[in-house]
Amino acid sequence: MSSVPGGPAGAPVLEVDDLAVTFARRGEQATRAVDGVSFAVGASETVGLVGESGCGKSVTSLAIMGLLPRRGVTVSGSVRLEGQELIGASDSRLRTLRGAHMAMVFQDPLSSLNPTVQIGTQVTEVLLEHRDMSKSEAATEAADLLDRVGIPDPSRRLKEYPHQLSGGMRQRALIAMALACSPRLLIADEPTTALDVTIQAQILELLRELVVDTGTALVMITHDLGVVAGLCDRVHVMYSGKIIETADRHELFARPRQPYTGGLLASVPRLDAGRGTPLTPIRGSARDAIPWAEGCAFAPRCDNAQDDCLTEVSGSVVPLEYDGPGRELRCRHPLEHPPAPSGATAAGAAR
Amino acid sequence: MSALGELKRERIDQLAARAGQVPEGEGGVSLTRSALRRLRRDPVAIIGAVIVVLFLFVAAFAPFLAPRDPLAQSLLSDIRPGFIPGSQEGFPLGVDNLGRDLLSRLIYGSRQSLMIGVISTVLGVIVGMALGVLAGAFGGRVDTLLMRFVDILLSIPSLLMAISISVLLGQNQYALMIAIAVTQVPIFARLLRGSMLAQRGSDYAVAAQALGIRKSRIVFGHVLPNSLSPVIVQATLSLATAIIEAAALSFLGLGDPDLARPEWGAMLANAQAFLSIRPELAIYPALCIIVVALGFTLLGESLREALDPKFRR
Repeated sequence: MSSVPGGPAGAPVLEVDDLAVTFARRGEQATRAVDGVSFAVGASETVGLVGESGCGKSVTSLAIMGLLPRRGVTVSGSVRLEGQELIGASDSRLRTLRGAHMAMVFQDPLSSLNPTVQIGTQVTEVLLEHRDMSKSEAATEAADLLDRVGIPDPSRRLKEYPHQLSGGMRQRALIAMALACSPRLLIADEPTTALDVTIQAQILELLRELVVDTGTALVMITHDLGVVAGLCDRVHVMYSGKIIETADRHELFARPRQPYTGGLLASVPRLDAGRGTPLTPIRGSARDAIPWAEGCAFAPRCDNAQDDCLTEVSGSVVPLEYDGPGRELRCRHPLEHPPAPSGATAAGAAR
Repeated sequence: MSALGELKRERIDQLAARAGQVPEGEGGVSLTRSALRRLRRDPVAIIGAVIVVLFLFVAAFAPFLAPRDPLAQSLLSDIRPGFIPGSQEGFPLGVDNLGRDLLSRLIYGSRQSLMIGVISTVLGVIVGMALGVLAGAFGGRVDTLLMRFVDILLSIPSLLMAISISVLLGQNQYALMIAIAVTQVPIFARLLRGSMLAQRGSDYAVAAQALGIRKSRIVFGHVLPNSLSPVIVQATLSLATAIIEAAALSFLGLGDPDLARPEWGAMLANAQAFLSIRPELAIYPALCIIVVALGFTLLGESLREALDPKFRR
């Protein structure tokens, strides 16, 4: 249950403990989007939250940032940023923390920038809000920031509008804004999804450099296992609002234990597969999940599912348990891997 | 494959260096500037703008353009029951029943009509926007309360509302402007509130929130500027409506009590009695109203297209 102590250096930057988010609508049954998620991120560490659409990754990130609407949403559990509790903190307290101590980069760089305002104004705005700076100091700093995230000719770009920048450059500008006040925590919510592949690699490289240089804790939310492989130290796989497997990056790719993780890895298209070889998807869709109270949510789609994957005693959830050093697993019938080094072919093992 | 020749390599480097350069003076293109640029290429916008500018010009320089004093009576000896003299030397459009030059009255009348149209629309926009910003920025209970009030205003037919207000405030042109403004308020309030609510949930508003920008700054710096374009468009269109409504109210006798002062609506009302003798007395002011309204409408419609961010490149 307890979060694995992360990070090489001391106390973690972010500790999420038993976080749950419930959306309630009048006259409808409440939906539990995030259900008892716990993890920790240390300085300079990159933690990945992986899963399909609708598994609760983005809601988790919004809950950490305190950006969920108040009405109809119940957030419980604990989120601590450098030891300070964020759940239940006042709006003004959260506002001073956001941007200064924690920041977020969103999925779509075009719609995340205000189309009617110059890039420069949007960057300096953050500096003026959180740092004691004059307008001209902020302008110089903004140019420095754009330069640091690799935007050429920053002083000209500052005067331009978002539609005049390319997709990659917009995302760089957003990263510059997020990093303007050197936050301790950066949450990147699918930052490369809207970009083409060559730009994706550049943005990931940039994020990695920034994390290493500044010691920022990075939470990477993605459904792209390529991103995980390239960037994350530790990975939490989420399904239907719960973490179902936690492992170090290498461990996860070499020996996925949860059949869902195995399925995710197997479904990645392979360049070396022969022509006409069909892709190996996971059966069904995320909507086929059953409530955790009734058993393993993934059971309906799982090839390994057996009778005891459904709980006899309703209410007893399949627990997230220790599964070797640095690993946790929520599964009663995990994938077995032979101790032989051939386990590296995850795709084969998963089927 | 052989290596590139020294010369070729140099040439490639030169070309690459040149491609990297950006022409000077190509800085940011703001929303207004790019909208103006698109307007200039749109023939409909040009027609609308020409009409509007023409009438504004006429209104501004009325004393220099009008051939005669709009109040001076002449040709009185020619006016008999059943006959009003038409176009003749010195009176290009003839005179009205009191012997006043019709052309001069039309020219001076543009001042009154445009002024009422512009002032009442500006009033309507200011009050409507204030209500809309309040509702859009706060949402929740404030929004509900304001919008119900606006709904009540909207449920009353605008002409009826204008008539009641000008009756209430007395018969003068300020009452007329306020009456027309009141009928415009709910439209602008609703429009701005709707587009602000839509923008408030947009990604950049959430992103700004995630950066810890204070709420007032998000509302006025981010949400409001992005919500304005429908209001600008509606204001242009409302100008046309306001001019027509002003004419209608003066036609009904609720306008300026000084009947001698030229105003298109009042001229139209006055011409009623002489329709069978000289229909031109009604046709010309009506035509003026129609053309000005058309000009503003054309301009508004093309403004709508020009400000649409979907067309932005």
